[in-house]
Amino acid sequence: MRGRTLELAVGGFMLIGLLAIIFLALRVSGLSMNSSEETYRVVAKFENIGGLTVRAKVTMAGVTIGRVSNIYLDKEDFVGVVEMDIYKQFNNLSSDASAAILTAGGLGEKYIGLIQGAELDNLTDGSEIYDTQSALVLEDLIAKFLVGRVSDEP
Amino acid sequence: MIERIAALGRSGLDILEAMGRSGMVLFHALWAWPNVRTSFPLLVKQIYAVGVLSMVIIVVSGLFIGMVLALQGYNILNRYGSEQALGQMVALTLLRELGPVVTALLFAGRAGSALTAEIGLMKTTEQLASMEMIGVDPLRRIVSPRFWAGFICMPTLALIFSSVGVLGAYAVGVLWLGVDGGSFWSNMQGSVEWGEDVMNGFIKSVVFGVVVTWIAVFQGYDTVPTSEGISRSTTRTVVYASLAVLGLDFILTAVMFGEL
Repeated sequence: MRGRTLELAVGGFMLIGLLAIIFLALRVSGLSMNSSEETYRVVAKFENIGGLTVRAKVTMAGVTIGRVSNIYLDKEDFVGVVEMDIYKQFNNLSSDASAAILTAGGLGEKYIGLIQGAELDNLTDGSEIYDTQSALVLEDLIAKFLVGRVSDEP
Repeated sequence: MIERIAALGRSGLDILEAMGRSGMVLFHALWAWPNVRTSFPLLVKQIYAVGVLSMVIIVVSGLFIGMVLALQGYNILNRYGSEQALGQMVALTLLRELGPVVTALLFAGRAGSALTAEIGLMKTTEQLASMEMIGVDPLRRIVSPRFWAGFICMPTLALIFSSVGVLGAYAVGVLWLGVDGGSFWSNMQGSVEWGEDVMNGFIKSVVFGVVVTWIAVFQGYDTVPTSEGISRSTTRTVVYASLAVLGLDFILTAVMFGEL
């Protein structure tokens, strides 16, 4: 009888451990099968990526449709190249869609917002988004504002 | 003067020797595993002693640490009007750092010291020696199941600690302070990555489990067989294990989340 309760206790302990890992997986980290979803890769070049990071969200109309997968500098044109993986289910984005680097809540994380274009062709694996809008760099804005104020003075 | 230098060299050699002995104990304990049929009941008993009995302190401290984190975090985040980020702050803090580290420290105090004292007393009362006399390998019979029990229990306890902590933060943040429950969870899920945060925390807790149990078991096995010796090695277990956990935590964090 003593051995039985002992084994029950150990079994209960293991069960609680298992529940904990399931809780952490589903409730805390929000693990879902989406992460292994099939994607296609689109490239966009930005004048300034201003703090965008790999794994940042790619959104359209506020809905997440992909992730940034790679960021590097184009050594010839000196622009930032952003590669993004977009989920296969959103395969009807037009080829003249535009991309902008936006900031969540003004000061929060950077993400990419796509806006659908009018062209009938679709973006496919490896195609490039030409219409891009760089990140808003606060320092540049402040600098421009200050310069503007100084030149306005009589 | 010469004597001092000699003493320094001797203590260096002693440390090296102790490391060698502890390595041998670890090696033997691991080697002794394959005998599943006889070892399994021993293992279950040790998991009970090491894991189940540590659960109360782990759950209680996890709950309180989660609640305190939520209170402190709410005060600071509220100043910037971003208290809905509370969930992500608490979850990341718990999963990455506090879960594994605090569990390991508590584990060292609760289970590690008990292991050392138990094995040390067995050695002092010559139970280990008499086991050897009747042809039972004490490393296999005593040390190995305890080591494996610690190896299994410590990550489990860390997972429980983190989960309970998140629930405690939910209780304080959402139910008491009135943070929106939906944004509490969704912010958390948006920022916590399964592979990055949960898994790295898990790896940390596995490493801590091995180190703490190893130190505890070795200190017990290597104790000076007097009552004073037991008290000294029990103290040493807690001190060494805590220091090892904190030092290793820095290294692991640097490798996992730093720019290394």
